[in-house]
Amino acid sequence: MVAALEIVHLHKMFGALKATDDLNLDVVEGELHAVIGPNGAGKTTLISQLSGQAAATSGEIRFFGENIARLSMPQRVRRGIVRSFQITSLCREFSALTNVALAVQARAGHSFRFLRNAQNDSRFTGPAMNALDQVGLAHRADVEAGHLAHGEQRQLELAIALAAEPKLLLLDEPMAGMGADESHRVVDLLRELKRRYTIVLVEHDMDAVFALADRISVLVYGHCIATGTPEEIRRDPAVRNAYLGEDAADAGSP
Amino acid sequence: MLKKLLSLPIKHRLLILAGVAPLALLLAFAPFVFEVLEQPFYLRVASRILVFALAASSLNLVLGFGGMVSLGHAAFVGIGSYVVAILAWHASNEVPLSLGPFVIAGTTDGLVAWPVAILAAMLSACIIGAISLRTSGLYFIMITLAFAQMIYYYAVSLQQYGGDDGMRMRGRSILPGLDLSNRTTFYYFALASLALCLIFLFCLARSRFGLVISGIRQNETRMRALGIEPYPYQLTCFTISGAIAGFAGVLMVNLDSFVSPADLSMARSSELIAMILIGGVGSLWGPLLGAGFYILGQLGLGTLTTYWPLFFGPALIVIVLFARRGLVGLFVPGRS
Ligand SMILES: Nc1ncnc2c1ncn2[C@@H]1O[C@H](COP(=O)(O)OP(=O)(O)O)[C@@H](O)[C@H]1O
Ligand SMILES: [Mg+2]
Repeated sequence: MVAALEIVHLHKMFGALKATDDLNLDVVEGELHAVIGPNGAGKTTLISQLSGQAAATSGEIRFFGENIARLSMPQRVRRGIVRSFQITSLCREFSALTNVALAVQARAGHSFRFLRNAQNDSRFTGPAMNALDQVGLAHRADVEAGHLAHGEQRQLELAIALAAEPKLLLLDEPMAGMGADESHRVVDLLRELKRRYTIVLVEHDMDAVFALADRISVLVYGHCIATGTPEEIRRDPAVRNAYLGEDAADAGSP
Repeated sequence: MLKKLLSLPIKHRLLILAGVAPLALLLAFAPFVFEVLEQPFYLRVASRILVFALAASSLNLVLGFGGMVSLGHAAFVGIGSYVVAILAWHASNEVPLSLGPFVIAGTTDGLVAWPVAILAAMLSACIIGAISLRTSGLYFIMITLAFAQMIYYYAVSLQQYGGDDGMRMRGRSILPGLDLSNRTTFYYFALASLALCLIFLFCLARSRFGLVISGIRQNETRMRALGIEPYPYQLTCFTISGAIAGFAGVLMVNLDSFVSPADLSMARSSELIAMILIGGVGSLWGPLLGAGFYILGQLGLGTLTTYWPLFFGPALIVIVLFARRGLVGLFVPGRS
């Protein structure tokens, strides 16, 4: 078992607020590691620090052994760390297809190409179409992102992350705002993607989390109070106390 | 573009044709039309519109397309003009021009002076961009303005070259096989330059580079999350824009045979911004329509009253408020 990600004594302060408080966490290569916790526990803040969007106050983030805590977001993306956003972040004037194709283009090297039409370059639109197909949005490829329904924008957000072909995929509540059908589709998709990518999944839908995760970490006030298999987490008394109601603890059990 | 046009409803297609066709015909045959009407003055106005459209297009590239609100863009236009005029001055006065350790002869040869002028504008844009793009938002706006003011006062201080009063060129630049002093030739040269520039910008917008620049304007965080560092792309865009602005300056000084600090003043920068706002921010044809409207409007009101800015200002505000996408929005239907 190789540790894809090792988070060591990670701290993040917003003024006096400890959004991440001495967090230690390992993510094994190929696993789907879910991060759960109540609102305001610091899950999004953690994803932001892992992706490089926000700088950690102190601590280390090792990606396959290399400390990446001081690298910029683009540098981390080039190493294969890609995030999706809890609050959809799209280029609203571009079509769904162009949004995804840009991810493919960015992966393909620099973009200092000034004349050739990139919008019908099949090297980019081909894989982009695949990614849209995977999330079930292929039929809306030509629609401007800003005109997609909220649930569709969530699907697009996921397609963009997939098209970047990450080694480590950081998903911040990908199902939030989706309808039941779309959520099911994403759960199926994540199950399919599971072994191919290392995934950190922040999600509120406990059914999905317990169905998908290899391991789960529970965050409370920026601190990790437990890590374990779904079975272990369900039984953990500290977790029951701090966060999971009896309902949620029963979720996913046969 | 054609595909897009054909996908529009018939009514809109006709509307576009009705608007664009007469304009295109007028642009193509302006010299003959004004010849027949015995109004050579208006050919000069038409040339002026083309040259300003080129300058406004360069600003539109960074401001409308790239979302970088540069308030001092006239500086790059003015640098292009000044370089051509200064080289010509040294040629006609037969005084060598000393630049620190280098001493060069002046020239009126367009093949020499123009590339030097464009390079100078480009280099200035690169340096100013490199510094100001480190900041963003209001700071960026203020820094571009501060640099432009510096260049303006520098131009004012150039006593040898007329200082405040500016300097006159004895004749237009010499190009092989083209007599720019002929006003019809000059007009077509400006028209071809603008057309080439618009074709370039059209291709640029759809290229990999263009998608990245537009993406940065729409959502910078998203682009970073795709692994794209905005700075080098924005700087390149700014530099390209500086080169086009410099070229517009080259044509401008040739059109007027005159350049003064007013040509790189803040007032001129605001005029360019006004043209873009009138024509349609970020659209390919906006700068041309805006330049046409602005210059003709100024001319028309100017013959009626010396207080024309009093009427022109409010007219601008009305256009910006009620036709948010500018004049282009009247021809091209909005997104549904
Ligand atoms: N940019 C910020 N500035 C100040 N406080 C923030 C910022 N981002 C998040 N916080 C605070 O940090 C805590 C964790 O937030 P967040 O990571 O969004 O939680 P979660 O995603 O688990 O709901 C919250 O108390 C939130 O108010
Ligand atoms: Mg969150």
